[in-house]
Amino acid sequence: MNWAAIRVIYVTEMARFFRTIAQSFISPVISTSLYFVVFGAAIGSRINEVEGVSYGAFIVPGLIMLSVMTQAITNASFGIYFPKFIGTIYELLSAPVNFLEIVLGFVGAAATKALFIGLVILGTAALFVDVQILHPVAMISFLVLTCLSFSLFGFIIGIWAQSFEQLQLIPLLVVTPLVFLGGSFYSISMLPPIWQSITLFNPVVYLISGFRWSFFGVADVPIALSLLAIAGFTALCLAAVWWIFRTGWRIRG
Amino acid sequence: MDNIVEIRDLRKTYAGGFEALKGVNLSIKKGEILALLGPNGAGKTTLISTICGITNPGSGSVLVGGHDVVTQYRDARRLIGLVPQEINLEPFSKVKDTVAFSRGLFGKPRNPALIERILRQLSLWEKRDARVVELSGGMKRRVLIAKALSHEPEVLFLDEPTAGVDVELRKDMWDIVAELKELGTTIILTTHYIEEAEAIADRIGVISSGQLLLVEEKAELMARLGQKRLQIDLQDKLSAVPDVLVEYNLELVEDGQALRYTYDTRGERTGITRLLGDLASAGITLTDIQTEQSSLEEIFVGLVKEGAA
Ligand SMILES: Nc1ncnc2c1ncn2[C@@H]1O[C@H](COP(=O)(O)OP(=O)(O)O)[C@@H](O)[C@H]1O
Ligand SMILES: [Mg+2]
Repeated sequence: MNWAAIRVIYVTEMARFFRTIAQSFISPVISTSLYFVVFGAAIGSRINEVEGVSYGAFIVPGLIMLSVMTQAITNASFGIYFPKFIGTIYELLSAPVNFLEIVLGFVGAAATKALFIGLVILGTAALFVDVQILHPVAMISFLVLTCLSFSLFGFIIGIWAQSFEQLQLIPLLVVTPLVFLGGSFYSISMLPPIWQSITLFNPVVYLISGFRWSFFGVADVPIALSLLAIAGFTALCLAAVWWIFRTGWRIRG
Repeated sequence: MDNIVEIRDLRKTYAGGFEALKGVNLSIKKGEILALLGPNGAGKTTLISTICGITNPGSGSVLVGGHDVVTQYRDARRLIGLVPQEINLEPFSKVKDTVAFSRGLFGKPRNPALIERILRQLSLWEKRDARVVELSGGMKRRVLIAKALSHEPEVLFLDEPTAGVDVELRKDMWDIVAELKELGTTIILTTHYIEEAEAIADRIGVISSGQLLLVEEKAELMARLGQKRLQIDLQDKLSAVPDVLVEYNLELVEDGQALRYTYDTRGERTGITRLLGDLASAGITLTDIQTEQSSLEEIFVGLVKEGAA
């Protein structure tokens, strides 16, 4: 293993993040506070409780997931797209590094940033509502796995993208709707039966449900299914990344 | 083992079906400066990219330090420093950071003292904390060289290091290359300037349309260059060169209507005066004389035409 290479990629990527640390910190704090003002105050006054949990607390896991997923994808896709765009990718291609080392560096950094933001949101939420965490180990595991798998997914998007528009296309057109419709702000059981069935095709449902279970012990789908979903998604992304580096798809002519 | 790079029958066809390398064979000696001379689109960058791992080779093999660049890429690449043709640098990183980054990427432990030495050698030390965007074009080019040298490579590839660079900077670049050679680095540089190949190379390879047309010691090429031909048109046809003129190695050309004398312009004496005297004594009447010189440019153009035909 070329550990030095992993270290410099990781450190360089994190440095970009720290250069804008204030911004990285403040924007999730503000947006989380806004969610609580809007959802907590406006909607929360109508919906008191969902499955025995106060509405304000109920939306916390979904809120964290929403940010973590979009942040992971944005950071990782930009992280690898940027060297392609400015041409510095030549250095990665001509260095004695393998795909695993490149991925560990870039995806590791993107996942770290996403995790940081997830924790900032959790902290901010705790200022507004009483957040209890029934299964802390499961909570952290879900959070970390989500950061990792969505960073991997973002990495793939960054390799695939050939323009800035394409870079933003998938997060905007696919991920954000899936997350919003994935039960971030409501329980699946609140939907009409037909929508409940349709919703089950949305993979994000399983992640949010599992994550919420680790907070409150209530879930839309069995927890085993949630674990399977996140493990499967991670495996799928890993396989795709492995294939990309083996064939040099879109990076090595 | 004297050859640090061995290229065998290397072919490369791009995705669109264009064959950019058509079976290149080349051995590069340890410690030499080899200039790959060729017009734009000849395949110079493709050749370097294939050696360095930026493009996948089609067929054939490349060994660097005895390691196959595909199957033993780690060992091979550790020996290689690459300065790309385009100035590909992250605009907002600091000079010393981006150089340290390259070193880490090649698996080497941090070594600030070495990086200081490289930056000083390239007159970049004063700019170590500057961001890349703040640098001039020539300095950016030197940052690329510093990055390539950061992991102490044995072979350095410089892809058109002086394209679009002014005369003074070009001289600087040549000095840098000469210094690196002194330190034992093998250097392969591509160029489409003949003077550049003449000025710094030990050997010159001429590449065109994906084929390596010739690789020769510069001295030999220059010797060929230094040769001039004198053509002597005769009034009366000769059937053979007269015996008294045998020492001049004359060629009978144009159906015996002319004699050709090849001589070295760099010699103390060209022998022309004596030849003309001997011709007169042999009773040969001249109608005209002309001289012509084959420049590297001519050799080059000739080769490129042959290659295209
Ligand atoms: N990625 C690519 N896809 C298709 N053709 C390419 C690609 N890169 C270079 N070529 C073609 O290959 C030939 C050689 O290019 P290159 O190696 O860049 O030449 P040089 O460096 O000698 O100017 C050119 O005709 C060029 O158009
Ligand atoms: Mg080129």
